[in-house]
Amino acid sequence: MSEAQAALQRVTQVPGIRGSLLISASDGLVVAERLMDGIDGRAVAALAASLVQRLDRATNHAGMRAPTFVHLRGDKGSVLAAPGRSDLVLVAVAGVDANLGMARVQMLDAVGRLV
Amino acid sequence: MRALEPWVVAPLQTFITESSARLILLMTTSGQVVAQHGFARSVEVMTAAALGAAIVASTEELARIMGGSRFAALVHGGAQQSCMLAAFGTPRGRWIGLVVFGTETSVGLVQLFFDQMVEQLVSAAPREQAPATPLPNDFERELDTSLKELFGR
Repeated sequence: MSEAQAALQRVTQVPGIRGSLLISASDGLVVAERLMDGIDGRAVAALAASLVQRLDRATNHAGMRAPTFVHLRGDKGSVLAAPGRSDLVLVAVAGVDANLGMARVQMLDAVGRLV
Repeated sequence: MRALEPWVVAPLQTFITESSARLILLMTTSGQVVAQHGFARSVEVMTAAALGAAIVASTEELARIMGGSRFAALVHGGAQQSCMLAAFGTPRGRWIGLVVFGTETSVGLVQLFFDQMVEQLVSAAPREQAPATPLPNDFERELDTSLKELFGR
């Protein structure tokens, strides 16, 4: 199993996580994915990458460091993103009942192991 | 933004707004311009349309030689500006979209909203076929009229 697939597996094993993707931040394209049916990985990748890039620019202009973790919370769930090295971002789609604390720990650890 | 057919305007406007693309050109596979946004001169539009149609024809032939289906899209990535070229089917025939975008957006976003625009165009297109006159007698006058509509001059 590749590093990317191992990272996705760790994240998707967290209860309530409906899928995870490894995306390219600058391109907004999917590098690897592990998603439940009904989740449009391409759309999640494009929009999450845009969000992370914009937040990166915003914090940079505010004289702050780039975000290490992004949590976008909605009525029906959350989108979590952990930017890593080499322009990669680990993204997870979580349901309302997801264990977000566990997801955060697993994502930060998994993205830190990616080259 | 300028379009020869009014039903193209809304999907194209949504695409421009959502994707933050700098330039877009919609054309038929023969290079006839349907709509454009961002181009300043008609000669640029005509050149881009001719080149875009030729590139799509080349890639489709390449795909045929390789024994595969058509390529969905062709993307040229640049440091400051990138370009995407994609052909798609509509009730009015096969069209081509040429999109130029900068670092303010991404290829993923452009592709995502381009596909949405194609869906909207397909559902908005009038079902009756436009009259097929490959090269009418007053071709030059029609071309001139079309360019005036596209550039408002």
